[in-house]
Amino acid sequence: MAAESERVDRSSHSMDKSITLPPNEIFRNLENAKRFAIDIGGSLTKLAYYSTVQHKVAKVRSFDHTAKDTEDDPLYEISMQEEMLARLHFIKFENAYIETCLDFIKDHLVNTDTKVIKATGGGAHKFKDLIEKKLKLRVDKEDEMTCLIKGCNFVLRNIPHEAFVYVKHADSEFRFQNTHPDIFPYLLINIGSGVSIIKVESEDTFERVGGSSIGGGTFWGLGALLTKTKRFDELLQLASKGQHTSVDMLVKDIYGGSYGSLGLTGDLIASSFGKSATADKEFSKEDMAKSLLHMISNDIGQLACLYARLHNLTRVYFGGFFIRGHPVTMHTITYSINFFTKGEVQALFLRHEGYLGTIGAFLKGAEEDNPNQYSWGENYAGSSGLMSTSPDLNPMQRARSGTFDMLEMDRLERQLVNLPLLQDPSSYIPDTVDLSEDALAREYWLYCFEEALDGVVKRAVASQPDLPEAAERAEKFRHKYLHKLQTLRHQPFAYGSLTVRSLLDTREHCLNEFNFPDPYSKIKQRENDMALKYFQKAVKSLEELSWEQRQFALVRGLLAGNVFDWGAKAVSDVLESNPEFGFEQAKRQLEERPWLVDTYDQWFERLKGPPHKCALFFVDNSGIDIILGVFPFVRELLCRGTEVVLASNSSPALNDVTNNELQILTERIAAMDPVIQSAVKEDRLTLVQSGSSSPCLDLSRLDKVLAGVVRERHTDLVIIEGMGRAIHTNYYALLSCESLKMAVIKNSWLADRLGGKLFSVVFKYEMPPNKKPTTLDHVPVMPS
Amino acid sequence: MEERNGHHGENEPETGENEDAAEPPPKQSRSRSDESNNFGLDSNNMETTTAGGSATDERRTSTSNYSSRQRIDSLRKIRPPFPWFGMDIGGTLVKLVYFEPKDITAEEEQEEVENLKSIRRYLTSNIAYGKTGIRDVHLEMKDLTICGRTGNLHFIRFPTQDLPAFLQMARNKHFSSLHTTLCATGGGAYKFEFDFRQMADLQLLKLDELDCLIRGVLYIDSVVSNPSECYYYENPTDPEHCVQKPFTLENPYPLLLVNIGSGVSILAVYSKNNYKRVTGTSLGGGTFLGLCCLLTGCSSFEEALEMASQGESSHVDKLVRDIYGGDYERFGLPGWAVASSFGNMVCKEKRESISKEDLARATLVSITNNIGSITRMVALNENIERVVFVGNFLRVNTLSMKLLAYAMDYWSKGQLKALFLRHEGYFGSVGALLELLDPS
Repeated sequence: MAAESERVDRSSHSMDKSITLPPNEIFRNLENAKRFAIDIGGSLTKLAYYSTVQHKVAKVRSFDHTAKDTEDDPLYEISMQEEMLARLHFIKFENAYIETCLDFIKDHLVNTDTKVIKATGGGAHKFKDLIEKKLKLRVDKEDEMTCLIKGCNFVLRNIPHEAFVYVKHADSEFRFQNTHPDIFPYLLINIGSGVSIIKVESEDTFERVGGSSIGGGTFWGLGALLTKTKRFDELLQLASKGQHTSVDMLVKDIYGGSYGSLGLTGDLIASSFGKSATADKEFSKEDMAKSLLHMISNDIGQLACLYARLHNLTRVYFGGFFIRGHPVTMHTITYSINFFTKGEVQALFLRHEGYLGTIGAFLKGAEEDNPNQYSWGENYAGSSGLMSTSPDLNPMQRARSGTFDMLEMDRLERQLVNLPLLQDPSSYIPDTVDLSEDALAREYWLYCFEEALDGVVKRAVASQPDLPEAAERAEKFRHKYLHKLQTLRHQPFAYGSLTVRSLLDTREHCLNEFNFPDPYSKIKQRENDMALKYFQKAVKSLEELSWEQRQFALVRGLLAGNVFDWGAKAVSDVLESNPEFGFEQAKRQLEERPWLVDTYDQWFERLKGPPHKCALFFVDNSGIDIILGVFPFVRELLCRGTEVVLASNSSPALNDVTNNELQILTERIAAMDPVIQSAVKEDRLTLVQSGSSSPCLDLSRLDKVLAGVVRERHTDLVIIEGMGRAIHTNYYALLSCESLKMAVIKNSWLADRLGGKLFSVVFKYEMPPNKKPTTLDHVPVMPS
Repeated sequence: MEERNGHHGENEPETGENEDAAEPPPKQSRSRSDESNNFGLDSNNMETTTAGGSATDERRTSTSNYSSRQRIDSLRKIRPPFPWFGMDIGGTLVKLVYFEPKDITAEEEQEEVENLKSIRRYLTSNIAYGKTGIRDVHLEMKDLTICGRTGNLHFIRFPTQDLPAFLQMARNKHFSSLHTTLCATGGGAYKFEFDFRQMADLQLLKLDELDCLIRGVLYIDSVVSNPSECYYYENPTDPEHCVQKPFTLENPYPLLLVNIGSGVSILAVYSKNNYKRVTGTSLGGGTFLGLCCLLTGCSSFEEALEMASQGESSHVDKLVRDIYGGDYERFGLPGWAVASSFGNMVCKEKRESISKEDLARATLVSITNNIGSITRMVALNENIERVVFVGNFLRVNTLSMKLLAYAMDYWSKGQLKALFLRHEGYFGSVGALLELLDPS
């Protein structure tokens, strides 16, 4: 059954219960908190609340240039505005702290009109009075199973890399799964004191199809009787050291070897505890605990498989305190499932499994806010991440166990969906390299991000010259991000697969956390200003070229523009030391053809053919890149009769051009260029938000509006520009239409890995697999 | 207690055997070939189990009807010499069936060697052998005609760990001088093959345990009529009116055969020659006894059962009502259902308040219910409604049988019927004996 009871940490017994809570770390944003929910298990309490966070956002606003057009005025003004951001907070702590925590909440909870706290979990009734007395909130009990399922649906839908497969001896024990666009149907096996098997078919349709009384409570209860060891954790520790073969009767104990005709190998357990009936000897605690663990895990695994088969389901998630991050039980359950299904079904586990009940209870209470109509994103800055509870804890983790664990989810302004042009959304993986599996790459990138931190801090301070406390905040940012990097060094799996994208996104989250919403705003402004001045000249020189020469010059210009990228350390060094680093210089810096990846000839041939109906262009940097590289290229497409949709970030990330900025830039360019002007007027050039605020690009989480536009316009060409979007991510992405991925490699390590050198060029023009002409088969591929 | 096989292991591929219900391919080469390279018995004259239907009764009568002297003579030539044994060496128990001919002619009596007589006398005049061997007298089948001879079939068991003593006895009695074939099945037939040869100069004919099991079940059911071999519990959900009733295993296919020995094997049987081992579990009789020994210090199956009969499992287990105060209506779970086996033992005070009897009972209940639960799921997956439970775990274990009957009925809402057989654990050894007389 679902009643749960968790590991009780040894430290909790000696620790003073009246600890002082570090308020800036946990129970944050209590001032505006509302809608509380609590899930009290056997030993852990999970608390949820919703709050609004006041947040600085960078806005740009166009000046009225028609009135006075002086040369010195900047193109637009930058302002910082306060916005309210909706955030969900989830905190997990030991039941021992419950009173301290309730007191803390009471003291910090101001101006809330909340009257009710939703509660679930086996321990909810035990603490009912305490909660009502302390918080003056009415405890409203919700069905445990319903909460569990609601929570499960929520995390599966909103958190990429929520589910993982556990592989004990692999380089990375955690193999994170792609979120399938349709999360249903699935089977949830909740292993609490007993086992519940729940079939979930849609948001509101689920059924407890079965269960078993042999579960975590059996392991714990029988284990306590057999070994005189009281705590669940200790029993697992014992089990991980034992040998079950001295207690169990194996096939070979009966047959002398294997039972060949049935394919049963000699090492299979024929009878659990079979030897303890006949042998007149003492068995070690470790061996008995191990035998018991195998017996229970195998039994649950077998039942899970029987239910999965009966209901024809292949997605089977495991949760409950028996599993909860314990490598030992994740391993034995995985083993059992593999054995019984011969690998046809994989045992899946969830990163936030411990929070499901409280998330669900919270959602029940927040139904009037319609939380499910929004997309939510895990905030890497405020979330603790997955911790391994393996017996050999690393030092960082030991320090944290027994204290607090947090999950924060931000409500995203836009609802996110798949790009409709993905060849196969269920197998799409945005990231090119999984750093959790590639130790060398991980080392390099962690080092790289650590090295770059000084520069980021400096720029953050510089972006807010009027705010004297900016330096102090920037130091806090440094500390936070450094800590995240250290955590990731020990636990690369903390937030799902570690990737360059997740490292970049974590940095953005941390910057935002300390109110540095757009450290590059001024740089972007200056560069946009400067580049705009050259736009007409650049267009004119292109127009003077022959058609053939122009096509190549456009590509070259686009690539040269892409050299201007503050996100890449090699470039930011040059830019910082030599701000006059010009467009022409960048072109000279570019690699000569043949490029590292070079399918320009195919692209050129294609251009001789009929124009594309509509091109979707994911743009990258502001300044020279967008204005002198992208716009001329776009202009040419428009002239060919191709409609263009420019997709830019919804919020700032590095020096990437934001949708907000791009609107102003487009207006200004339109004012100078009749081609652009008429295209804008006739709706042949459209600007959309990507829904993202990352320097990378996840094509499975894009603004719903963008997806609609893409569909309406019958988009048949997708252009992805830049290292973050076309190399760190989407390098291998397969689209159902033609695509063009272009980037300049501005990182020597990556260049080296790809077999090129700094400023090598990737120009990858691809046809969808079914239309692909054979000549394209020689495209060099990236070594992994 | 019980016995063999039951490996944990799963959904092995259907063993490939006999997909075809027709004639199975002849089994290879018996090692012994003294007088008979032809065992082509006319199966019409054999009461061994041909599959199916209403033929059962007919078969039974025909067995006692042959009267042609000639026929017997012709059979005699191809009949193996006495003694006739079938043996099943399991993980815990050795099961032995012995056919005692009662129609020995004077002529035969004279020819009979002293050795053979002495074995017969030893086995039939005792009901216990050594310290641990037991003859289950109540199971004895009298006046059975088998392979043209009439006599009594005896059922004997002893712990597998005493096999060395048995071999020593076989050696002392010069068993090997009888040139008999010793048909043996169960894992021990493989494990101890060398010991049989080394210690007792006996060559084993090793037989597959599941083949033997099914053959034995079908045979015994076909020849036993009073009391009926097969029975079930009427009103399994009503303890007051729950009574044992005979059941006729007519047209038994498809049928789920659950053999609960040390471990458990679950077979789906579609015809006499067409079956597959669907799955199994390592939580079987051996687990019950093993855990009971550790938890209560008992030392025999009988002792463990006796304790269980006096205990109360709800002291040890956490019930649905312990968590929800009553039924968990949302999911149709009654308050009395076990939510967590041994779930109360998480708590120190409760650990100190329960008796050994309670622990034995809880162990019995959780192992039994678990077998019931897996069986029910297999039955659903295989779409089979009839379940026959066999194996020595059920010997003198009415508690478990009633629990299984209850569980099958309650959780399937009356769809599944639990059937039991009186000769519980002996079917493998009967199958082995049949193999001696009529190699398939």
